[in-house]
Amino acid sequence: MAKDHVSGPEELESLIQEVLEAYPAKAQKKRAKHLSVTTATDEDPDPVTGIASKCDSTKSNIKSVPGVMTIRGCAYAGSKGVVWGPIKDMVHISHGPVGCGHYSWSQRRNLYTGTTGVDSFVTMQFTTDFQEKDIVFGGDKKLEKTIDEINELFPLANGVTVQSECPIGLIGDDIEAVAKKKNKDIGKTIVPVRCEGFRGVSQSLGHHIANDAIRDWVIEAPESEAKKSYEPGPYDVNIIGDYNIGGDAWASRMLLEEMGLNVIGCWSGDATLAEMERAPKAQLNLIHCYRSMNYICRYMEEKYNIGWMEYNFFGPTQIAASLRAIAAKFDESIQEKAEAVIAKYQPLVDSVLAKYKPRLEGKSVMLYVGGLRPRHVVTAYDDLGMVIAGTGYEFAHNDDYKRTGHYVKEGTLIYDDVTGYELEKFIEKIRPDLVGSGIKEKYPVQKMGIPFRQMHSWDYSGPYHGYDGFAIFARDMDMAINNPVWGLFDAPWETPAVAAE
Amino acid sequence: MPQSADKVLDHSKLFHEPEYKDMLANKKATYECGHTAETIHQIGDWTKSWEYREKNLAREAVTINPAKACQPVGAVFAAQGYEGTLPFVHGSQGCVAYYRSHLSRHFKEPSAAVSSSMTEDAAVFGGLTNMVEGLANSYALYKPKMIAVSTTCMAEVIGDDLNSFIIQAKEKGSVPEDFPVPFAHTPAFVGSHVDGYDNAQKGFLDLFWAGAERKAGESINIIPGFDGYAVANNREIKRMLDMMGVGFTILGDVSEVYDTPSDGTYRMYAGGTTLEDAKASINAKATISMQEWCSPKTMEVVEKVGQETAVFNYPMGVSATDSFLMKVSELTGKAIPDALKLERGRLVDAMADSQAYLHGKTFAIFGDPDFVLGMAKFVMEMGGEPSHCLATNGSKKWAKQMQAVLDASPFGAKAQVWAGKDLWHMRSLLATEPTDFLIGSSYGKYLERDTGIPLIRLTFPIFDRHHHHRFPTWGYQGGLTVLVKILDAIFLKADQDAGTLGETDMSFDLTR
Repeated sequence: MAKDHVSGPEELESLIQEVLEAYPAKAQKKRAKHLSVTTATDEDPDPVTGIASKCDSTKSNIKSVPGVMTIRGCAYAGSKGVVWGPIKDMVHISHGPVGCGHYSWSQRRNLYTGTTGVDSFVTMQFTTDFQEKDIVFGGDKKLEKTIDEINELFPLANGVTVQSECPIGLIGDDIEAVAKKKNKDIGKTIVPVRCEGFRGVSQSLGHHIANDAIRDWVIEAPESEAKKSYEPGPYDVNIIGDYNIGGDAWASRMLLEEMGLNVIGCWSGDATLAEMERAPKAQLNLIHCYRSMNYICRYMEEKYNIGWMEYNFFGPTQIAASLRAIAAKFDESIQEKAEAVIAKYQPLVDSVLAKYKPRLEGKSVMLYVGGLRPRHVVTAYDDLGMVIAGTGYEFAHNDDYKRTGHYVKEGTLIYDDVTGYELEKFIEKIRPDLVGSGIKEKYPVQKMGIPFRQMHSWDYSGPYHGYDGFAIFARDMDMAINNPVWGLFDAPWETPAVAAE
Repeated sequence: MPQSADKVLDHSKLFHEPEYKDMLANKKATYECGHTAETIHQIGDWTKSWEYREKNLAREAVTINPAKACQPVGAVFAAQGYEGTLPFVHGSQGCVAYYRSHLSRHFKEPSAAVSSSMTEDAAVFGGLTNMVEGLANSYALYKPKMIAVSTTCMAEVIGDDLNSFIIQAKEKGSVPEDFPVPFAHTPAFVGSHVDGYDNAQKGFLDLFWAGAERKAGESINIIPGFDGYAVANNREIKRMLDMMGVGFTILGDVSEVYDTPSDGTYRMYAGGTTLEDAKASINAKATISMQEWCSPKTMEVVEKVGQETAVFNYPMGVSATDSFLMKVSELTGKAIPDALKLERGRLVDAMADSQAYLHGKTFAIFGDPDFVLGMAKFVMEMGGEPSHCLATNGSKKWAKQMQAVLDASPFGAKAQVWAGKDLWHMRSLLATEPTDFLIGSSYGKYLERDTGIPLIRLTFPIFDRHHHHRFPTWGYQGGLTVLVKILDAIFLKADQDAGTLGETDMSFDLTR
């Protein structure tokens, strides 16, 4: 099918200009700083990907322009939805009006084991359901009572977090005082989190605030029995920044344990409070989602002298490189086992590539995800022979864009905090073979006749991490691209429109 | 190794493989510091006891698994029903991401809306600048015919005045002076999404009808209300009214925008009530609200301009459709055609064919106030017995109305009405006083899992089944959809109960 694709740096640059022209002057000036094409750099190529491009000129982590249809969420989404929500043995109260907790109820697919409503609470929606009188008179008393009622009705809950919604910070409630008081009363960990949705510019500040709350109200709290009783071992590690979406953290744990490491805590997918408390006893922090949890790693390094390293479990090339890099932090026995793990899974990798690569090779992909995946999943596509035409982040910071240069080649379109308008135009002109983004983007893209996968929720599939996950990833990309439905869009009795635009 | 390229296992099977089971068992035993299996079992049983139920029902502060959303999502939904209209929500931006996701997950369709993206500085200084810039940007980028403004709770708490902000934005040239920008204050801490729908609709009428002199005509207006089945239900209403030869305007019709074709073009706007029709709707003879609890304030406006009014409660089934059609006939003087009588007869025929399986079956029902009323009526009409009727966003007044509906039929004698209660309350009710079936939204699946009572998905949101909303639940045709869904659940249960080879399968009947 002949298509007039926009490609190559010059064409992409002029596409950016064309898209910007639709904005009023002030917004145009602001948005121009978020759109770019990666350029050449003198830096050495990344040892694993062999890539080096300059991708750090993009402005990021600044306020969204009003009225443009940003795809971003808020600090509450970053704290409750991402960092705290998956901790399964605590009750997370959406403190404020009913909506925030409702829309985020059971939507991030943080898999967990446990008996929901008895000892686990991830897929439940607890809210103080603010009414007008709570706004006028304050919600602290209601919060106190809420915690009491939770303690009575859910005696096996090991703690409570208070996830602040917008009004809390505006009406001057003192949730910290309530937390301290209730902690004394009931003897359980109570964590107040100031993640009101208007704070910061995206989910990102919510991650940071949530990390700080873990530091202040869990790690620096008096030592719990769970922590005291744990005897650390030489191979103890934490997985940090894996939310077990579709079971990602489990597919990752499998590999780490097979190479002889003990994953004593997973932050925060399928985690318990005890896993958070014991984290400082580990030898090493392994961080997957750098954007959402680097803060706590830096803190543990400073305070407990625990090293941390980033790794990438998307696609066999990065998995093998990560396993070796992790193993290098330990002794030879671990290194040998890591090699054995890589060898064990090589036949699976080979058969997955043999089956799917011929069906996917050369296909182009555009991504728009959160703060990690726009670069991290790139190599999984590389492994399948697919090409990244454009990528962008909802809430990355400069350090993320710097890292992106190790993943995407020169001449890749980069869009930060993309607007609905821009993304639609980019996709329309570039016409990639696949788009990976979120639920809000899924249906518009599919209507355009372009295959799509949700890359936040794995489109209700997953895991995508690890070797087991890579097989699923490859299968899903193949399903999306090679389904016959895309051939049915044109009615056969109509002359196909000329593709040229 | 469980995974292979030949048969790729995803999460639904992968984690049931022995390697993963062992790994998770070890994680639990070594690192989780959880409670013992015995304790979990014991507490689990306790949560299903009468003692627990009493404690649960005595809750005063915490809400758990509520079956309601907040106002602005209702306002966004209402706005999407007007031609070329862009919903613009003034306040924090995360809210809009949530509404759009929520609606897309149900309809499996795009959902367009923008935010004024207020942040900390706006919390201090107010959101006027955000409104001024936001309207200008929305207007330039998305070329709407109308921008419908509503608010998040942030803007409400700091007290932003939409009317004055919009006037100022127009003065500053964000949008042309004569460009329609209806607005509604939609505080999330008052009521629920049904009230947001009402406030938004009132906002539209306030704008469209302002200053206009009414010349009473013959047509009628229909206000559908917040309805997850709107795509098919609005079309069904249109079909029936066309059959009757009635002139009408649906105020807020999302049936096109939430059902656009896949043909290579993304349509951000599609169909919807034209602004012209909306303006002219003041001249209608009457306005019918299909959902009373979605429209109290809107209907006040209607009454004020002198139109006749009629309100229904999500009319489903034979008698409710009869009432609706007879009301239309009464208001317009148009007869109900034989073709509709034929459809009626077919629905009655189907119900008669299946009555033996329906009679005496008990149903717990939850959802929005109008849905629960309409559903309970239809259930009773089939010979079913409502047991628990629960609306988290139902008021005391609703409870009285609900009780009256139940009292009007011997099949309602066993029912209990639960206004303002949530789905964790429902769990206690079902655990202590079980029913044969549960009718509600996808959120009911947790109740199905916990109590073993089969869930029949018949109301918004339906996230985990596809395309249900493409079939109507209103009208005699819609009655068939609902009937079949209920019967499918009944027959599936019968097969499951008789499904064990050599043990229970003496009743595994081929013909029923």
